[in-house]
Amino acid sequence: MRAYARLALAGFRRHSIYRGAMFAGLATNVVFGVIRMTVLVAAVSAAGPIAGYDTATSAVYVWLGQGLLAFVVLWGDTHLAERVRTGDVVVDLYRPWHLQAALFAEDVGRAGFAVLVRLVPPVALGALLFPFRWPDPVVLPLFAVSAVLALATSFAVRFLLNASTFWLLENRGLLSVYNVLTPVLCGLAVPLDFFPGWARDALWSTPFPAMIQAPIDVFLERGSPWAVLAHQAFWAAALAALGYFVLLRAMRKVVVQGG
Amino acid sequence: MIEVRDLRREFTRTRKLGRFRRERTRVVAVDGVDLAVAAGEAVGYVGPNGAGKSTTIKVLTGVLVPTAGHVRVCGVDPARQRRELARRIGVVFGQRSQLWWDLPLAESFDLLRAVYRVPAADYARRRAECVELLELGPFLATPVRQLSLGQRMRGEITAALLHGPELLVLDEPTIGLDLESKERLREFLAELHTSRGTTVLLTTHDLDDIERLCPRLVVIDRGRVLADGPLDALRAEVSPERVLVVDLERPPAAPLDDLPGVVSVRAELGGLRQHLSFRRADTTAAALIAAVAGRAAVHDLSVEEPEIDEVVRRLYARR
Ligand SMILES: Nc1ncnc2c1ncn2[C@@H]1O[C@H](COP(=O)(O)OP(=O)(O)OP(=O)(O)O)[C@@H](O)[C@H]1O
Ligand SMILES: [Mg+2]
Repeated sequence: MRAYARLALAGFRRHSIYRGAMFAGLATNVVFGVIRMTVLVAAVSAAGPIAGYDTATSAVYVWLGQGLLAFVVLWGDTHLAERVRTGDVVVDLYRPWHLQAALFAEDVGRAGFAVLVRLVPPVALGALLFPFRWPDPVVLPLFAVSAVLALATSFAVRFLLNASTFWLLENRGLLSVYNVLTPVLCGLAVPLDFFPGWARDALWSTPFPAMIQAPIDVFLERGSPWAVLAHQAFWAAALAALGYFVLLRAMRKVVVQGG
Repeated sequence: MIEVRDLRREFTRTRKLGRFRRERTRVVAVDGVDLAVAAGEAVGYVGPNGAGKSTTIKVLTGVLVPTAGHVRVCGVDPARQRRELARRIGVVFGQRSQLWWDLPLAESFDLLRAVYRVPAADYARRRAECVELLELGPFLATPVRQLSLGQRMRGEITAALLHGPELLVLDEPTIGLDLESKERLREFLAELHTSRGTTVLLTTHDLDDIERLCPRLVVIDRGRVLADGPLDALRAEVSPERVLVVDLERPPAAPLDDLPGVVSVRAELGGLRQHLSFRRADTTAAALIAAVAGRAAVHDLSVEEPEIDEVVRRLYARR
């Protein structure tokens, strides 16, 4: 356990080194937030609240979404995929750790740093500049749990995408499909409640909402938080278990590249 | 320490023929290797490119599952008990880094300490020892990505030793190093082997590494063991003849090819230098020197053995 805690700390340290990149990312993130905000506010103020979203709710939706997006690395990462492709993964495979757990620990550290520079600033900015719907304070711990589950789900998905390189070697195609679909499926593009009922229900039967829409819904106190948390916990656990077996299989059949 | 019987590892190579058609071919990387290494030995594992050295090492460290064969390292089955084995062996792949690229060297060490759960006192002692002998002090605070290859390699070796492994496996640890760095590394490894009794298995293309570190040599080619034994024995086996070179005060009165044990003679410098080839089995260098001295006044002499490169070349040629 201590080893994984140390790895999380190292993840935090490693990402704090690239502060510059983090701040550049933050700047882009805020610009996009302002654009999304303008569009959404224009829509809800012209037609009146849509599916319960008024201006203050929209501000939460947009700025929390902008923050969570970086916190969960919605666009996917290629860290492990790159190591598989180059063969450097041999080093990760002869360590006395569980590779999936070790990578998750590092990701938790990374996410910890992302909270400070990527999640809190856009939310604070949104709260300062726009009407903002703060929840009942007792909801905040639930939101924190929901955010952690969002991270766990996203890690599990990213791990599976990365692990596909054990077979495919080249998973960029898969990743670009993922990148096109995810923003819509997880509720980043538009709130899932804007969809017709059947589409919304269909999406909530997939893991995607667990990454963005779920923590936002908990924060906005839309529906029962427990149902949302249960959805997230289910998918985080199911996908982690799938990742576990995929890795097991990969190590049995798979070939490590290079001399 | 290492027990390998009839190890086989195949790879499937796929080649694209068209948009959807693929051709699969089997490559046998390791083809029936037997290897037994006792605790405290230092073994050099050599062979030409693509011989199957790295594949063997990946199997020994549990990274690759063998296609067939019996493998035990430190008494455990590497593929099944990979994590347990990892705590007991140290591994260095010369062409890969096991350090955290963007963290200072010292932080990689601390992380490894946590990962391997090394007791604080042991860690402090081993780290201090390596830092001193490998002169790591000046760049402990430098991020690994800024280290030169030689500096990084010293860091890699330290990283492999922090948990006090019984067996150290090195795949081309001296690749790309300059002569001095190589020498320093060899010295360190020799010291590690003799004073701490760590078992060493090393692959390399620089046979001086073997000469310096490994009394025993295992030669493989195309996945099969060609030769296995002490370096001297292999030398005797591939080149039964040695050459005595003598410089004489003046040319001998009669040719020296009738001396007992001499196979052939080549004269140079108008007879002042004589190359006498003789069989190890027939005579000794001492007896031959005495015989030459009886015929002419000897000014200087030397006995030539085939260089290790030559030995290995002849072993490869034997297949
Ligand atoms: N992942 C792989 N897929 C297909 N073939 C492989 C793979 N890895 C190794 N091989 C093949 O197995 C054989 C042995 O490779 P290996 O890396 O063990 O050689 P080596 O002795 O380490 O060579 P070198 O001295 O060049 O490092 C080679 O023919 C190589 O092409
Ligand atoms: Mg190799």
